[in-house]
Amino acid sequence: MYGFEALTFNIHGGYLEAIVRGHRSGLLTAADYNNLCQCETLDDIKMHLSATEYGPYLQNEPSPLHTTTIVEKCTLKLVDEYKHMLCQATEPLSTFLEYITYGHMIDNVVLIVTGTLHERDVQELLEKCHPLGMFDSIATLAVAQNMHELYRLVLVDTPLAPYFSECITSEDLDDMNIEIMRNTLYKAYLEDFYKFCQKPGGATAEIMSDLLAFEADRRAVNITINSIGTELTRDDRRKLYSNFGLLYPYGHEELAACEDIDQCVCHYLFQAKEICRSPSASPSVIGSYAIPWEMLMSWHS
Amino acid sequence: MSGSSSWSRALVLISPYTFSAVGIAISIGVSVLGAAWGIHITGSSLIGAAIKAPRITSKNLISVIFCEAVAIYGVIVAIILQTKLESVPESKKYAPESLRAGFAIFASGIIVGFANLVCGLCVGIIGSSCALSDAQNSSLFVKILVIEIFGSALGLFGVIVGIIMSSQATWPAKTA
Repeated sequence: MYGFEALTFNIHGGYLEAIVRGHRSGLLTAADYNNLCQCETLDDIKMHLSATEYGPYLQNEPSPLHTTTIVEKCTLKLVDEYKHMLCQATEPLSTFLEYITYGHMIDNVVLIVTGTLHERDVQELLEKCHPLGMFDSIATLAVAQNMHELYRLVLVDTPLAPYFSECITSEDLDDMNIEIMRNTLYKAYLEDFYKFCQKPGGATAEIMSDLLAFEADRRAVNITINSIGTELTRDDRRKLYSNFGLLYPYGHEELAACEDIDQCVCHYLFQAKEICRSPSASPSVIGSYAIPWEMLMSWHS
Repeated sequence: MSGSSSWSRALVLISPYTFSAVGIAISIGVSVLGAAWGIHITGSSLIGAAIKAPRITSKNLISVIFCEAVAIYGVIVAIILQTKLESVPESKKYAPESLRAGFAIFASGIIVGFANLVCGLCVGIIGSSCALSDAQNSSLFVKILVIEIFGSALGLFGVIVGIIMSSQATWPAKTA
């Protein structure tokens, strides 16, 4: 019931809401971007960024800057603010914020396992991981030989454990299996997150349903396009699509049957048109479907 | 009075002093509830917003002061009401005059208490929005303050009517 939340919202969420609004005013504006566009060297960029909220993070860097350092320090700002909010949050907001990090955890796990497969050094891989997705025993991932060991040694203690039930096999890890593992994990994670967001109801369920549906559909299209021409069968492909989203279930049937990009684009456009005509589509969803269309066009050409 | 056991008879057999005391309790208790609720709503937003925009702290304490005023109204009316209490001889305890006085004090307490409750909530919620928008754009502060002033007038209405009601509270004279 809308309208009376203002009476009790500030008990748990007042401070954090005010902090988030403060962060919003720290975002870079169009004027900042114009200035950055006119920079000649990385030191100019550092100078322009020192006038923004990113200043304190970059000021101690020695002069021959690398682009990776700048990106790393700016990401560090996001991570610090995120962790501050996570500390201050109460249930269910704290669980919600943790759910957002699970996606990064999955990416980090896949990064380390793939890197180990290609004989890279663990320390180097750890530095490339996204800081929001770090967990304690992440370095032990390099030791695992197959998925069973991966689960038993490391992942059973992490929040990703429940997502593994569908993909524990005893096969050795190779590129194909790792991609399948990544997508299976992500599918389980998105469905879990979706269920979690439906519980509080109200604004959370409404907004997160739209965002997660878009993410699920985007990944479905991504999986389809990336698996065209590989040995992934239709049924396997079908299994990797999430069980929610606007393309579910009929769009998934069509996407699973696609054999080349043109077909995929046609089916996708047809679905997107139907979706955008349906009364349940909100303007934000319709707008967000325009973005993958551009993605598809750039792959096509 | 109607038949020997009915709700109306039960109500008028409650001592008028009970009604008066409960009225005074509600007047101060519920007003303070409203003021505290309002202050906590404003305060949590103010503290969070002041992290990125420290300049807003001193101006936005006005919102907290408006909420506090609501509690002060409750105290004032409670003090006025308790001066209206007089003792009457036993024979006159259930006389119509006594009942009228008891009910007047009760009503006055309820009026002031609940008017201040909603006024405190209203001012608190507006104060929280005022702090958040002042942090983004300082020209908005005065405009939202005007809304808050209208909101705090609600408590004042309650106080005025409460005091008028309490002037009805004349107990019967002591001599029969």
